[in-house]
Amino acid sequence: MSQKSEKLIDKKGLRLDGRKPNELRPIKIEVGVLSNADGSAYIEQGKNKILAAIYGPKEVHPKHLALPDRMILRCRYHMAPFSVQERKSPAPSRREIELSKVIREALEPAIFLEYYPRTAIDVFVEVLQADGGTRCASITAASLALADAGIPMKDLVAACAAGKVDDTIVLDLMDTEDKIGAADVPVALMPNLDAITLLQMDGTLSLEEFEQAVNLALEGCRKIYAMQKEALKARYVNVKEVEE
Amino acid sequence: MSSMITRVKQKQIAQLIAKGKRLDGRALTEYREIKVEQGIIERAEGSARVLLGKTEVMVGTKIEIGQPFSDTPNEGVLTVNAELVPLASPTFEPGPPDENSIELARVVDRGIRESKAIEFDKLCIEPGKKVFVVFVDVYVLNHDGNLIDASALAALAALLNTKMPNYEIEDGEVKIKSGYTPLPIKKHPITVTFAKINDKLVVDPWLEEEQVMEARISIATEDDGNICAIQKGGSGYFTPKQVLEAAKIAKEKAQEIRKKLNW
Amino acid sequence: MPTYFERRQIVTPGDLIAEGDYIAGENTYKEDNKIYASRIGLVEYENKKVNVVALRAFYIPRVGDTVIGTVVEVGFNGWMVDISAPYQAILRASNVLSRPFRPQKDDLSKVLDVGDLIVAKIVSYDRTRNPQLSVGEPGLGKVTRGQITKITPTKIPRVIGRKGSMISMIKQETGCHILLGLNGVILITGKNLEDEQLAMMAIRKIEEESHTSGLTDRISQMIKEEKAKKEENKDESKK
Repeated sequence: MSQKSEKLIDKKGLRLDGRKPNELRPIKIEVGVLSNADGSAYIEQGKNKILAAIYGPKEVHPKHLALPDRMILRCRYHMAPFSVQERKSPAPSRREIELSKVIREALEPAIFLEYYPRTAIDVFVEVLQADGGTRCASITAASLALADAGIPMKDLVAACAAGKVDDTIVLDLMDTEDKIGAADVPVALMPNLDAITLLQMDGTLSLEEFEQAVNLALEGCRKIYAMQKEALKARYVNVKEVEE
Repeated sequence: MSSMITRVKQKQIAQLIAKGKRLDGRALTEYREIKVEQGIIERAEGSARVLLGKTEVMVGTKIEIGQPFSDTPNEGVLTVNAELVPLASPTFEPGPPDENSIELARVVDRGIRESKAIEFDKLCIEPGKKVFVVFVDVYVLNHDGNLIDASALAALAALLNTKMPNYEIEDGEVKIKSGYTPLPIKKHPITVTFAKINDKLVVDPWLEEEQVMEARISIATEDDGNICAIQKGGSGYFTPKQVLEAAKIAKEKAQEIRKKLNW
Repeated sequence: MPTYFERRQIVTPGDLIAEGDYIAGENTYKEDNKIYASRIGLVEYENKKVNVVALRAFYIPRVGDTVIGTVVEVGFNGWMVDISAPYQAILRASNVLSRPFRPQKDDLSKVLDVGDLIVAKIVSYDRTRNPQLSVGEPGLGKVTRGQITKITPTKIPRVIGRKGSMISMIKQETGCHILLGLNGVILITGKNLEDEQLAMMAIRKIEEESHTSGLTDRISQMIKEEKAKKEENKDESKK
């Protein structure tokens, strides 16, 4: 990251896309968008366009992967070849394999895994267009898809990054800020339990800056959480309103 | 799997930790004994072996001439790979790298890269055309927990021990000359890993603690105490307070290790 | 001991519903004396018990339930049946053949083949073993005609209605026989495809609007309107 002296924040304190430091990008969420999946959700966050689908719980194949005392969660985070400027090979990269793992581990704490032993839930995330912060948007969408599939959950998981660009701590980094900013701290949160389920960081931050960034990211998570709940309810409440 | 831990022991470990004690007698924020040996593989440009208690990791570095990335034409290239060698644990299987070894490699990579430990601009031979490529291969030889800290430490030790070949450019060709210069390293990022067990944080978990832990967090800090990389793992969670506490302890522990190793 | 939601209010996973001396009922969980929702649904209080009637859930087998399933595998001494649950169900050959099963001679696929639909009862199930089915009662066995539709199993009570009011109204209005599998699979058999489609439409509407009130009246009205439309069409085609 960083080393460029490009200005990411102007004199008025606004960012390249006109946002204030603590402002999220526009977010649009829709639940129940795929008819074949047991649960699904779609999110747009800035230029990110991401689909998440759930299949299961179902019996595990191959059978030896099944656990006698809990269900297993499997997760595949994948980027479409056309999702980025230069075509990405459709074969899973090392980055995608790592992200699949951390996304899975961000969702697992939210699920009552012990309820249905010997079964599996598959989480499929397809990034159709990437604009920085895809892992967080993926977690936000996947947790809604889980709820939409009727999987018993402790809480929804909302995710958002904060970071440092120029000398300012900012919320929800977009692609350019992510690439040439000084640091990026993606966070996932179960807001009602105050539980952080994903935390990563790259770049350089002092301890104080890190604390600021985490707090800002948590604030972002809580805002996204409110949107998640609205999107989930909208699937059912709209029908009612049309009717009456 | 033969590395299964009995329920009795799980309980023992968790209960002791609640009282601020550990089964192997360590304090919650105490590392196991750390031993670092450098320059053990003659054929490698740099090498090191780290013992963290019984966990043993070897790292060898190789240097080749290659092309820079198009977005950083004046900088050398770093490539980190990790092998969970089957002889190191009954749970390691031969075959292509799985998500655990990929995560390990990427976490080690992040610590070195984000701290800018290597002066990448000094690895440039011909801008946009030829640079030195540094390969860091992490070889886990015995798995007794906390592979991340042991591997990150071994990688740094090997890099500090790495020599770059001298060269000159003759008619646009790179000619390797005799003699070496040390790889330019300006920072010493140290990664400190915590396990969360019974709602408490313990530093440097050994294997059995890892089997009991709900979640794990690894924090890399630079010489000046700045944080340069973090990775949470495991299917549990941390409270915001625990995260900040871990960051603070990680900074202190890293300083201790640097002092001990005279880095 | 406050409660934070009114009866029949919609909650999402993680919502704090009540605090204090309450009991966590269906689709809720308790932590630190607080009751949270674990599924999206509608809040119901039953004395001290807090329930969430799930809007989205999947079927979990219970002994005694009648279910409708599809044969997905013909095995060595029985069949594997998909009952739209996390676990596939087992139907043993000995239960179907009503005589000793001879592995060398009996060709099980001639009795029930992959893709066959069956109505069956769950006779045993625990978390360590797959559910076992039986077809040894009147009304159970292979399904030979009719239409199948699937709904979220938690909505089956809505399809039944208060004291069976909804289901008997649909049966009466459409003239169809309707069998409700508790796994959310519904079998509709009528005199003709049109009647069956009408009944299916009614059930789909119940599923979509299960959380609204005055549903029986609306469904009844819808069926009548649809029937009237069809009569008109018939009259027109006669002219």
